[in-house]
Amino acid sequence: MSLSLENVRKSYREPNGNRLPVLGIERYELAQGEQAALVGSSGGGKTTLLNVISGILVPDSGKVVIDGRDLAALPEPVRDRFRAIKIGFVFQTFNLLPAFTALENVLLGMSFSGRPVDRDFAMSLLERVGLSQRLHHLPQRMSVGEQQRVSVARSLANRPVLLLADEPTANVDPGNQDLILNLIRDTCNEHNVTLLMVTHAMEVANTFQRVDKLSDFNNPELAKAEVSQ
Amino acid sequence: MNLFQIAWKSVQQRRVASLLTAISVALGVMLMVVVLVISGAVDGAFNQRTIAYDLIVGAKGSDLQLVMSSVYRIQPPIANLPLMYLQQLREDRRIETAIPLAFGDFTKPEHGSFPIVGTTNDYFLHDYTPGKTYEVADQPGTRQLDGLYDAVIGSQVAYHNNWKVGDQFSIVHGSADSETVHDEMFTVVAVLRQTGTPNDRSVFLNLEAVYTLDGHQKPVDEVETRLRDFYGNDPDRLSIALNQLDELREKRARGQELNDPKMGYGLDTPDAMKEITAVYVKMKSGRDNAFGAISFMSELKNTSKAMAVNPIQPIRNLMQNVVGNIQKALMVLTAMIIVVSGISIFVSIYNSMSDRKREIGIMRALGARRSSVFSIVLAESAVLCLGGGLLGWLVGHGMAVLFAPYVSARTGLLLNGWAVNPWEFVLFPVLLVLAALVGFLPAMTAYRTNVADALHG
Repeated sequence: MSLSLENVRKSYREPNGNRLPVLGIERYELAQGEQAALVGSSGGGKTTLLNVISGILVPDSGKVVIDGRDLAALPEPVRDRFRAIKIGFVFQTFNLLPAFTALENVLLGMSFSGRPVDRDFAMSLLERVGLSQRLHHLPQRMSVGEQQRVSVARSLANRPVLLLADEPTANVDPGNQDLILNLIRDTCNEHNVTLLMVTHAMEVANTFQRVDKLSDFNNPELAKAEVSQ
Repeated sequence: MNLFQIAWKSVQQRRVASLLTAISVALGVMLMVVVLVISGAVDGAFNQRTIAYDLIVGAKGSDLQLVMSSVYRIQPPIANLPLMYLQQLREDRRIETAIPLAFGDFTKPEHGSFPIVGTTNDYFLHDYTPGKTYEVADQPGTRQLDGLYDAVIGSQVAYHNNWKVGDQFSIVHGSADSETVHDEMFTVVAVLRQTGTPNDRSVFLNLEAVYTLDGHQKPVDEVETRLRDFYGNDPDRLSIALNQLDELREKRARGQELNDPKMGYGLDTPDAMKEITAVYVKMKSGRDNAFGAISFMSELKNTSKAMAVNPIQPIRNLMQNVVGNIQKALMVLTAMIIVVSGISIFVSIYNSMSDRKREIGIMRALGARRSSVFSIVLAESAVLCLGGGLLGWLVGHGMAVLFAPYVSARTGLLLNGWAVNPWEFVLFPVLLVLAALVGFLPAMTAYRTNVADALHG
């Protein structure tokens, strides 16, 4: 398995001191190279799930196993390094750094991996997403679609095993939606990267062979029960 | 990309704020460098062996005043010594050289009020500082002080008045602001090259010429009183001096004094009638005379109306007590400017942290550790502090180099613009510490950034 969640519980502490249960997942798995769309209602815990999978958040309990290692059991610095090497991120709002050119944004993705920066690979990724002529352009000089393509290239910079995409086409015009979607899926295929894409758009989700509804495997009440224990 | 490259990008992103804060550091460092260069030059001018002599001998009084008047020529002389005392010094077996000096007159105010020094050609045959000999500008007609009214001028005097060999000038009597102009015209026979010493702003006349000037002769009775006072415990020399005065009185009574109407005093005027202001003394070297200067100073202190002072010590004391404190005050002031600049860097970075929360979140999502984002913010602070410091250091020294000829021409101070003061070696480590201090709080803000909130907030 590339991704495996087991007995994951996550709740937030509210300002009044009460705990708000968000995730209660008995089991969720994705095989290596598998691609799945994750759909769910707004506020249903999709983003929290991505943060738990990526190690940005630590679950209250349970296991988050990626490529054979349980992220939840790792100390934060190791989790950070693991995330840099094994997990790619594509954000809804692209999250490119405005002072960095397209190429530098991709190189930045490599900078925290602890491995040597591979400039040629970064350029080949940008070439793959059709931006070989825009290497040295700042994000503000690029269209929205181009920015998201840079974001895709950056997410693959460290040759991850898992790519997490959080509504990557939500801010892209319809003309670019398919382009971005295909790009993400094709590049994941090319590099045998497991893909979990969060979306609220069913027309996007329906292009995937596997569509998971968060509410089908997430029962926040389980987290609530654990808190009360 | 390493952390410094990432920090540099952030600096570039906020280039106006970054530039302004770096400039504020640069200004502080520039001021500090200029203060250090100038104080280094002042130190050099006052603390080096400004003259290559062991002792200054003059009338009893303040050590400092004797040095300030005879070496630096920035204070009036204490009083005069009999010229006969020069001969006495020259006869002393412990003394190698004794050079007479007479001063008190100045060039006219419109000619810069430069001090006049009556001396002999011997003055120029000895080093002005150890190992450095006088050189004259290559001008046609240059010669020694052969004629009675010849003058050798320092480089600054020449520059200020645009005087060259052959030019003539007159001088004023007694003080720089005196309106009593001597009738005699002096002719420039040599222009000294710059020495970086008070010689640059001095005019040297033939010692004999000084005695010929109006107001420089005293009545015989007054001279007698002064000689009796000076040689009170040396009856033999007093007797010789008084005999000379008696002979002069007799000659005058007979109307036999060989007065030169142009010179205003007799060519046969005895030495007893003449005075000098100070004597530069070089002691004989060698094992037998290892403590010659000290024993000579002590001897004069106990037995003579003259005194000998070390030309360095009074100035060193002055530097430590007064000039040194001014220098320290300026250093503290510039250090405070740098600290204030540091605070402006803190404000600039700290204010930017809320804008950069998302960027920090992105970097953390991409795998940056807390320590990495902490280091990036610290590196940014270091880039601003050290970059500004380097800029200020270069501009400070550049300005010193640029203005050195002007300062030198105006003040005689020799500025070595690229001379590095030992304090400057401390400057950059201090800036690094400052960068760490002012960057710490913003860096901690970055360190504590909640990634999930930063990305989705």
